[in-house]
Amino acid sequence: MGKLTAMLAGLIFGCGLLLSGMANPAKVLGFLDLAGAWDPSLLLVMVGAIAVAAAPLAWAKRRTQSLLGAPMQLPVKRELDPRLIGGSLLFGIGWGIAGICPGPAVAILLSGHWQVILFVLAMLAGMLLFSALERRRAL
Amino acid sequence: MSIEGATTGGATIGGVAIDWLHFTPWTALAGGALIGLAAGLFVVLNGRIAGISGLLGSVLEGGEGRAEKALFLLGLLLAPLLWGLFAELPAIEFQSGWLGLVVAGLLVGLGTRYGSGCTSGHGVCGISRLSPRSLVATLGFMASGFATVFVLRHLFGG
Repeated sequence: MGKLTAMLAGLIFGCGLLLSGMANPAKVLGFLDLAGAWDPSLLLVMVGAIAVAAAPLAWAKRRTQSLLGAPMQLPVKRELDPRLIGGSLLFGIGWGIAGICPGPAVAILLSGHWQVILFVLAMLAGMLLFSALERRRAL
Repeated sequence: MSIEGATTGGATIGGVAIDWLHFTPWTALAGGALIGLAAGLFVVLNGRIAGISGLLGSVLEGGEGRAEKALFLLGLLLAPLLWGLFAELPAIEFQSGWLGLVVAGLLVGLGTRYGSGCTSGHGVCGISRLSPRSLVATLGFMASGFATVFVLRHLFGG
């Protein structure tokens, strides 16, 4: 059951990205271009998403189990460390260069554009590089 | 890309020229609501955060809940095919060449893993549960995204 609901959630998530315009890199860059002609649409994507997600996430915070009986796995870290800030700044630079973040990258991977395939390969390489650096740090 | 005035209609808010021609408030809100619905379902039913970079990272590294996480990503991957059954896919336009895409991809992969999340995990789920870490992360990547586009388009770009 959990597998089915996971896939269903992924499908809905992807359709939301496509409908919202987040899956169009040119539109994302139009949002990030404050000094040009600014397209504020993506701010409304966040507003719409948070408005709907806030109640279920608040409910989840008070629970130890999901409705299907799975353990509730919410992030527990609290500290604002340099990794969080540095990582987010790096991510923003990459986002600003191409206008693609991880969700839309997956959601348009099968849309037939070579650009997104190249982007996803580089993104996965970046993630594997992170894992490799973490393993070295742990030694 | 766009010609000043022609697309802005001359109206500015706080000194920022709004691109009314490309502003799509209703599809943005409705699409956002679907994203929020999916994130809500995933946490209520599966007990997990719908953060795409985190899901990708743990599917790559292996470990707990790999199948469920991979299936969420499979759903995300198949979304355009489902969409295509009912309607034409919306426009998907790229503005970077191969080098930009490679550099951007590397930075997004590395940065989201170091920063423990991206637009979905921090920007939607994290802010929804009022996490200070996610608020800081979201302000961080938004600020550097704005700064990067400013530098590329207005300092170096034509």
